[in-house]
Amino acid sequence: MIQRDGILEMTETPTQLTVLKARDFASDQDVRWCPGCGDYAILNQVRKVVAKIGATKENSVFVSGIGCSSRFPYYMDTYGMHSIHGRAPAFASGIKMANPELDVWVITGDGDSLSIGGNHLIHILRRNFNVKILMFNNRIYGLTKGQYSPTSEEGKRTKSSPMGAIDMPLSPLSVALAAESSFVARAVDVDKNLGSVIERVAMHEGSALVEIYQDCNIFNHGAYSYATDKDTKEDSVVRLEHGKPLIFGKDRDKGIWLDGNRKPRVVELGHGIKEEDLLIHDEHDESLAFLLSRMSHPEFPEPMGVFYQIKDKCYEDLLQEQVDSAIEAKGEPNLEALLNAGETFEVKA
Amino acid sequence: MAASTPPSEVTTEPSSDVPIGSKPLQELGSAVIRFAGDSGDGMQLAGTQFTDTSALFGNDVATLPDFPSEIRAPVGTVAGVSGFQINFSAGDIHTPGDEVNALIAMNPAAFKAHVADVQAGGIVVVNESEFTKVNLRKAGYPEGYNPLDDDEFDQKIRLYKVPITRLNEEALADSEMNAKGIGRCRNMFALGLIYWLYQRPLDATISYLESYFGKKKKLPAVAEANIKTLKAGYYFGETTEMFTVKYHVAKAEVAPGVYRKIGGNEAMTLGLAAAAHLAKKTLIYCSYPITPATDVLHYLAAMRHFGIKTFQAEDEIAAMCSAIGVAFGGQLGVTGTSGPGLALKAEGLNLAMMMELPVIVINVQRGGPSTGLPTKTEQSDLLQAMYGRNGDSPLVLLAAQSPSDCFNTAIEAVRIALKYMVPVVILSDGYIGNGAEPWRIPDVKDLKPIEVKHAQAVEGKEFQAYVRDENLSRPWAIPGTPGLEHRLGGLEKDSLSGNVSYDDENHQVMTDLRRLKVEKIAQDIPDLEIHGDPEGGDLLLVGWGGTYGSILTAVDQARAADKSVSSIHLRHMNPLPSNLGSILKKFKKVLVPELNTGQFRMMLRDKFLVDARGLNKVAGKPFLVNEIMQAIDLMLEDKIGDRQFLTPRLHKVEMETQDLDLSNYMEQS
Repeated sequence: MIQRDGILEMTETPTQLTVLKARDFASDQDVRWCPGCGDYAILNQVRKVVAKIGATKENSVFVSGIGCSSRFPYYMDTYGMHSIHGRAPAFASGIKMANPELDVWVITGDGDSLSIGGNHLIHILRRNFNVKILMFNNRIYGLTKGQYSPTSEEGKRTKSSPMGAIDMPLSPLSVALAAESSFVARAVDVDKNLGSVIERVAMHEGSALVEIYQDCNIFNHGAYSYATDKDTKEDSVVRLEHGKPLIFGKDRDKGIWLDGNRKPRVVELGHGIKEEDLLIHDEHDESLAFLLSRMSHPEFPEPMGVFYQIKDKCYEDLLQEQVDSAIEAKGEPNLEALLNAGETFEVKA
Repeated sequence: MAASTPPSEVTTEPSSDVPIGSKPLQELGSAVIRFAGDSGDGMQLAGTQFTDTSALFGNDVATLPDFPSEIRAPVGTVAGVSGFQINFSAGDIHTPGDEVNALIAMNPAAFKAHVADVQAGGIVVVNESEFTKVNLRKAGYPEGYNPLDDDEFDQKIRLYKVPITRLNEEALADSEMNAKGIGRCRNMFALGLIYWLYQRPLDATISYLESYFGKKKKLPAVAEANIKTLKAGYYFGETTEMFTVKYHVAKAEVAPGVYRKIGGNEAMTLGLAAAAHLAKKTLIYCSYPITPATDVLHYLAAMRHFGIKTFQAEDEIAAMCSAIGVAFGGQLGVTGTSGPGLALKAEGLNLAMMMELPVIVINVQRGGPSTGLPTKTEQSDLLQAMYGRNGDSPLVLLAAQSPSDCFNTAIEAVRIALKYMVPVVILSDGYIGNGAEPWRIPDVKDLKPIEVKHAQAVEGKEFQAYVRDENLSRPWAIPGTPGLEHRLGGLEKDSLSGNVSYDDENHQVMTDLRRLKVEKIAQDIPDLEIHGDPEGGDLLLVGWGGTYGSILTAVDQARAADKSVSSIHLRHMNPLPSNLGSILKKFKKVLVPELNTGQFRMMLRDKFLVDARGLNKVAGKPFLVNEIMQAIDLMLEDKIGDRQFLTPRLHKVEMETQDLDLSNYMEQS
């Protein structure tokens, strides 16, 4: 197992253990996503990060549900489970209870985790199992060929919503924060910062949700073009850095400012507004994280990076502690004593 | 069986700490008593205490708790009546008893709900104080009618009117407790009175009250009051002129050893704990609360000191899936539920079958379908457990036959699951889960270790996750083991590597292999033994699971009357014991009594083309021995004709009552 540093010393990775390369984490199975799918970029970044942080193949477990993204475990030469639609968090919880030492990842999509698996998602997050959840959000059902998903925009026209979806979409990160997740972040599949966000989540201890904007180039191509096209992206996203003001724009001349009602406003720097007047990002501020999770295109630039992180005890460790303290109080397990507990009576021969 | 032996007058044996009685003592072979009252009246506690005391005293015991599914149904109504029946005996017994010898009715509703079950000439002690106008109305009696004044009952039963509420209040007049607190002690007054009537020692209950209220709850005043009224009830029996006789049930002749009273759900947990110990695995029990399986979670949650982890999942599905995650992670994953929960677990169970992972699912069956009768017993999940999954999904099915048998069944389930890498479903039911009996505690040295093999990497050899051993079992390769990295999933897999395969011939082979593996487990299943005539005879009763006691008792009685009746009882529902087919051929007729509409009968007919007939009951309660006796006679007398099954209606199994008059259920013009 690799040594984990405290949450603020994340950059100091123990390089001496990094013996594996990204390609060592590739299984012998052909990757079968559609050519041009955003999943490829994510797969590559994950392989790079696990190699970089010194994870081992034998101690890594990738668990998925059902959907395009859920084929992911087949492409990692680690332990893996391609489970049931929506249930990956439950399998991951069991694996963690059985062996808290394993590095357990959940790979899921917007339909898998927010629709059929919504219940399991919120409960793994609130319990704070040390499980890293990468949610590939393409705002569409890809494997079933293009129905609207829980994150599809209102009015989305698909084969199952020919007159436009009348469902209100939800924000995965708002859900994660409300579910007491101890780490919440967002990245874009083709963005150069994806690797650093995955590295941050890999080093986090506790339940973590990373929303990854992922392009389904067959059924929802361009859903995030505002955040990926060279011409628009700098004006459409704002990169979060702990302790730094929220500045964005091609010329880095715009920022986010909180008005007297704690409502975010887009402002231009220079007209009497200085950098220090802007909203300063604090990864440990839950209400700020929630506020950021509500900022959406086109009204706002969409925040990218780590929204929120706290350190808290993990479920699997608390459970083990209960076992240890019970054994300490009552002595080593003794089957004979267990069977003979309570009122017994002897019948003599 | 509940039938009392002829009374004989013997001299009184003093029981501890109570005065030596002066009234005549009748010796009984066995007795069935039932406590009944409002669901808040503490009848389950009184019944449990009576059971514990009788077990400690050395009787054989069998119990049947019966309570409403509402925690507190409307006070005083028939719907809110809670009952607890105990059969205790000087001989071997297998059922809680058909007819009640003594009923304790704490209010008019309890009287109304239970008096019909009392044997002719049986004892009924009523709490007279509660037979008020208001309570009689709540119980649904007509205005101005009081059953205690009805001569009809006087002729049928021995009615004892005891103002329990008032006597309890008087006994506790000096107590510092408020009126409500005092009122809640009245179950102990009733228990004390019944202890006297059956000459039971008070020690066990006194020590329970001291430890539960006195020490655990830190309410010494409550403990003291309960003990005081318990004794008052006892002395009341002794001194009042009301009771002219008291009873004694001698110790049962049982094999030597150390015993404890055990309920089925508790025995199941001890079996799981023992199995984990024998396999050197951590037991992780993942469950979602559901009646009547929740006690399994309660018991195991209290066993952290035994290294056991419990996980209260967010739903039945997560409970199933997390247990599978535990198995994948290399420990002993178990989940437990009841019927509707098993439906929710079907998808996960199917995945475990596909992944060939060892996981245990306990299903404490209750009355179905749908939410059904949560607190009542039934055996109607057999087909769901057997077939209730998409695709061809064979798995192993065991059925526990009595409360203490849950211990053995749990160990056997784990043994099979780990040896063959297969999910095992255990069918228990509400009756054996909540019922109790004395259990001879096994010697730990007699429990065989459970061998577990974990795959290890072999230099220069590629690991194949689905290559099989001589038992058709695939390797259990657990994360953390270098060189065995592999991926499992619900997609069809290559028959050796385990990689995803859409090959059509491979799917045929894998489907065959999964079936053959389960069939192979029959090699570990002992042959069935015929109870009765090993060479065959006129009638064979085929039972399974929790009906063991009633069928055995009925067959013994029929045989005592020189009838050519035998029985076999199955604990292995899939695969079936190898000699079942040849046994069926030895008998002219086959009757399958089960608490459903004929599920195992259907399996038997399918597999053996045997003309099996059923005795099928879904009335929320176990079979009465007498119901089975009636069916035996109809079978032997060839009266059943072409009917596939018989149904007891109001405990009568008669040909003329078999067909419902459907016009009763239609709109009347």
